[in-house]
Amino acid sequence: MHEFALLLASALSAGTPLALASLGLLVNEKSGVVNLGAEGMMLMAAIAGFAVAVTTGNQWLAFGAGAVVGGLLAALVGLLVLWLGTNQYATGLALSLFGAGLSAFVGLDYVGRNLPPFGPVHIPLLSGLPFVGPALFSHHLMVYLTMLLALGIHLFLHRTRAGLVLRAVGESPQSAHALGYPVRRIRLLALMFGGALCGVAGAYLSVIYTPMWVQGMTAGRGWIALALTTFATWRPGRVLLGAYLFGGVTMLQFYFQGAGVQVPSQLLSMLPYVATIVVLALMSRNPVWIRVNMPASLGKVFRPME
Amino acid sequence: MLRLEPRAAPSRAMLLLSPLIALAVTVLFGAALFAVLGKNPLAGLALFFVEPVKNLDGLAELGMKATPLILCGLGLAACYRANVWNIGAEGQFVLGAIAAGGLALHAGDGTTRWVLVPILFAGMLGGMAWAGIVAFLRDRFNANEILTSLMLVYVAQYLLDDLVYGPWKDPHGYNFPQTALFAASTILPKLIPDTRLNIGFAIAMVAVVMMSLFMRRTLQGFRLIVGGQAPEAARYAGFSARKSLWTVLLLSGGMSGLAGALEAVGPLGQLTPHVSQGYGFAAIIVAFVGRLHAVGIVFSGLLMAMFYIGGELAQSRLGLPNAMTGVFQGLLLFCLLAADTLVTHRVRLARAGVRHA
Repeated sequence: MHEFALLLASALSAGTPLALASLGLLVNEKSGVVNLGAEGMMLMAAIAGFAVAVTTGNQWLAFGAGAVVGGLLAALVGLLVLWLGTNQYATGLALSLFGAGLSAFVGLDYVGRNLPPFGPVHIPLLSGLPFVGPALFSHHLMVYLTMLLALGIHLFLHRTRAGLVLRAVGESPQSAHALGYPVRRIRLLALMFGGALCGVAGAYLSVIYTPMWVQGMTAGRGWIALALTTFATWRPGRVLLGAYLFGGVTMLQFYFQGAGVQVPSQLLSMLPYVATIVVLALMSRNPVWIRVNMPASLGKVFRPME
Repeated sequence: MLRLEPRAAPSRAMLLLSPLIALAVTVLFGAALFAVLGKNPLAGLALFFVEPVKNLDGLAELGMKATPLILCGLGLAACYRANVWNIGAEGQFVLGAIAAGGLALHAGDGTTRWVLVPILFAGMLGGMAWAGIVAFLRDRFNANEILTSLMLVYVAQYLLDDLVYGPWKDPHGYNFPQTALFAASTILPKLIPDTRLNIGFAIAMVAVVMMSLFMRRTLQGFRLIVGGQAPEAARYAGFSARKSLWTVLLLSGGMSGLAGALEAVGPLGQLTPHVSQGYGFAAIIVAFVGRLHAVGIVFSGLLMAMFYIGGELAQSRLGLPNAMTGVFQGLLLFCLLAADTLVTHRVRLARAGVRHA
């Protein structure tokens, strides 16, 4: 029972960066732009956040640095995709490749550096409960903030006027443009918001979760986060749930090893990636269902008619 | 103030010039980077663009590094032309290396040189199988090929790790994660004696010619391109999108797998966890910079190989991190995408005040 509580706890912790990144990507995809640069933004933010945390010892500054780096890189993608009309896939891919290279380059001085642990928040009373205490109520503050964020994004998208405009831009940029909304500016903001959250996710990985800097440390989480928006049919609550499930799958390997199951560790390490493929295949099986939920203009170039 | 104005027709000159513009910007950035790092920019750039082509040894090394990049790039270009976003050449490369390496490992000392034929075929089949999964998932389940092909890269890498840390580990290798060295008969013959250039480069050149003929001279090649550029027209003409999907993915997987096989039984001569140095990812850039065109890919493959060699030289001679290679590669693609705007647009000087909304 105790092991299971720990598995649950680590699933929440491992799922948090996935949820953060995926919630951000959900917002920019709702506006009609897909950003395949998630992995690159997370890596760059991870090293930026780590460097700031090492220098200042302040984790919130580190999260801020991650958000700024992620947001700026996303703005670069926005500039190319929205104003120069470059292909969204190729541009995002370029950012992922560039981010992987540049983060490895600037991160060399930080390999092997250590950080003081930034402890969890023990919620009074609740964290003392048996089982659910360690499983649910003794996490880093960011874990809870992420849950609130999912709620906030849901309310924003479906209960506010700005959210409605954002979704309109994603469904039909031409109509939104005709109504006088600045489509490209809205999309740029959505992209930057997505980038900033990917950045916070990257900083969480290097500063809280690991906590250290290793080249390529995101290990495909940016891509899994991209897949998650599809699994979750672009709904924040489902993104959160999916992220925790994937966090659990990531942690399953340690659980198995602890339980003495004889499977090569490499095969267990494959699990999150194989699970992504399997779930993606199952969820995409019904093209109509995906098409109904997907923002209609996702991935398409928009040129305002002059 | 500068204004972008759409051209009536894409500029053919710009189509060829834009990779050069992108390269020029990347070089300028590189020079600045060297200066920031306190090195002489000219000396630094010379390591990337002069050293590799200074003598026969350098050229041979360049050809060797370009081989996997060109092969993977050719396959990816076919995919992108057909609007199939395979970004998992790295995984297909690794599977090719595993399949070829497995066969080479189990070939005894007495085997003839002809064993190389089944070895290279095994590599191709390995890569095709890996890309086939992507095609199957897209065809049968409508699963996004960008994500599945990328996820399979990680799966392939763990599979390789599992083999070289486990069943295929060299029993006399002091517990290093690597296989035994392959028998001499399974190693590719040299193209130029006393250099590292092997017949893999010749195979890549044959592939360039065949690919060029396939895309430009065959009906199936034409169908792929139409399907990629105008899916509606292709459907109207009765071209099967499914057939295109399978064709380009198997083709691309086969090429990448072959590249992996050539690397395993070429310069490596054994399997280690690091059979690929990111060739499959760099090949994405090779394909785009080469304008998705077979001949263009030869040039961009050689250029990207220069980045690899230059990065190694900068590390050994100037003590700069090897990771610079990745920075330059990513930057080149960024610059290319931006410069490509000039293919469809021209820059005009517009007077302030006459801006349209």
